[in-house]
Amino acid sequence: MENKIILQAAQISIGYSHNKEKNLVASGIDLTLRKGKLIALIGANGIGKSTLLRTITGIQKTILGTVLLNGTNIHELDALTLAQNLSVVLTEKLPPSNLTVFELIALGRQPYTNWIGKLTGADSIKINEAMELTQISHLAAKKHYEISDGQLQKVLIARALAQDTPLIILDEPTTHLDLLHKVALFRLLKKLTDETEKCILFSTHDIDMAIQLSDEMIIMTPEAVLQDEPCNFISKGSFNTLFKDEHIVFDNEKGKFTIV
Amino acid sequence: MTKTNRNTVLFILLTLGVVLLFVINISLGSVSIPLKEVFSSLTGGHSSKETWQYIIINYRLPKAITAVLVGMGLSISGLLMQTLFRNPLAGPYVLGLSSGASLGVATVILGASLLPPFIATLIVSPYGVVLASSLGSFTVLLAVLAVSHRLRDTMAILIVGLMFGSLTSAIVGTLTYFSTAEQLQKFTFWSLGNLGNLSWTSISLLSICAAIGLLLSIFSIKPLNSLLLGENYAKSLGLNYKKSRVIIIFATSILAGSITAFAGPIAFIGLAVPHIAKLVFQTSNHNVLFWSTLLFGAITMLICDSISQMPGSDITLPINAVTSIFGAPIVIWLLIRKRKMMS
Repeated sequence: MENKIILQAAQISIGYSHNKEKNLVASGIDLTLRKGKLIALIGANGIGKSTLLRTITGIQKTILGTVLLNGTNIHELDALTLAQNLSVVLTEKLPPSNLTVFELIALGRQPYTNWIGKLTGADSIKINEAMELTQISHLAAKKHYEISDGQLQKVLIARALAQDTPLIILDEPTTHLDLLHKVALFRLLKKLTDETEKCILFSTHDIDMAIQLSDEMIIMTPEAVLQDEPCNFISKGSFNTLFKDEHIVFDNEKGKFTIV
Repeated sequence: MTKTNRNTVLFILLTLGVVLLFVINISLGSVSIPLKEVFSSLTGGHSSKETWQYIIINYRLPKAITAVLVGMGLSISGLLMQTLFRNPLAGPYVLGLSSGASLGVATVILGASLLPPFIATLIVSPYGVVLASSLGSFTVLLAVLAVSHRLRDTMAILIVGLMFGSLTSAIVGTLTYFSTAEQLQKFTFWSLGNLGNLSWTSISLLSICAAIGLLLSIFSIKPLNSLLLGENYAKSLGLNYKKSRVIIIFATSILAGSITAFAGPIAFIGLAVPHIAKLVFQTSNHNVLFWSTLLFGAITMLICDSISQMPGSDITLPINAVTSIFGAPIVIWLLIRKRKMMS
């Protein structure tokens, strides 16, 4: 296969360990993230999507097994190398500050700047490219608290793009957005993976849209964590295992959930 | 582009302001010395009156230098804390660092009588006081940091700072029972805050401590900028969070601790000045904010000190009274505005 593997996890167990007590969230997880793929992570609330994302971004350790980023254990990489290979878009609110959109995106260049954080010409080019790709150049001089939620989400994605990493991981980027902005965001992510060869992994509750636009999906259920292409999941009927409720049924022909 | 130009002009104005206020500060006092004479004395020439020369070199100049160091140091420590705690109301005085330093100093000055005379004279030396004071502020900062991890709430952290203040004043109160009248007087004078009375030796020691604190702060500019996005984003940008946090905490304690040791607990400068800088420069970028806070700190302290001298009269107000009159309204104003800033 030509598709280069960026991140790989084989048979990992995730969860939290307090002192000696282990709280296992999921185990036996196999994941492979390849260049140029848009991958959606779906699952019911509380199933452990965030724990999985925290684990493969190296914020949290695995209970068993290792996560390999470009063939190296993610916890053995130094902070800077990690920052040059993996960028994130989180759900948490930004602390209050006077940062402008441009300054916020420019912070994405920190893994490349000198000790005082001076931007070079090459850095400015990357920042402007990121703003053009996300179509927010006109917002550059605005303070980050003056713009709408949808625009802020784009700014945060632009920040991750400016970080110029082969892998971007987003935690629920479409929450708080209306249908129009959700669609725009999904299409932006799709465009980015097609045009820049980056791999983008995101968690979402918008399963219908994820089925239509993503290249691969990762489904989390209490029984297993599976990775495959959306059409294969449909033919296998995997979406019906997602929610433990007989009233929610996946309609294979329409490709969406219906309430019975 | 216009913004960079605006900043350049502001920085030039601020630097000129510091120089001007420095000279004015020296010329004002119970004896008013003409500006021309101050200039000639400072540039190595002779002033026309021997007494003026004496006053400038031995009294006014050390005081003005102390004012600059105190203003810069406290303001920068406030800026570091506001970014580290993600809290616009953080500052060395409000969070109880000054109380911690007071406790350290009180233990040394008041508790000395409980120790054998030889050790007592050793620890009451300037070095002993600085060390005790820095340790005191360091301890309180660590405690506040531990609590702030559990309480993300701005108000809760401030209340914790307040509680540390009450706790330390209670301990200091208890210590006064065991001390002599002379020690008590010494401590009371210290606690009112005083920029004068510093020997050149003390000033050199204070300068070294301030220089270490400020240098560490300069090296923290990039980490501080990434912390504007919160801890997790900062880590994802390659920040060694634990290391940077230790450096920032160390810089804050050495600045607040050494200044409090020499000049007493000075209120509100650390909280208010960074906000003046943020307001004037309209930025959160620490590359700009650091230098503007530094200059505004020096300016504010020189002004407060000039006011406390009550030019033309023999009275000198405690510096703490002046900074509180100026700082407390700013805190109230910030609290009223806070809702807007947080949302």
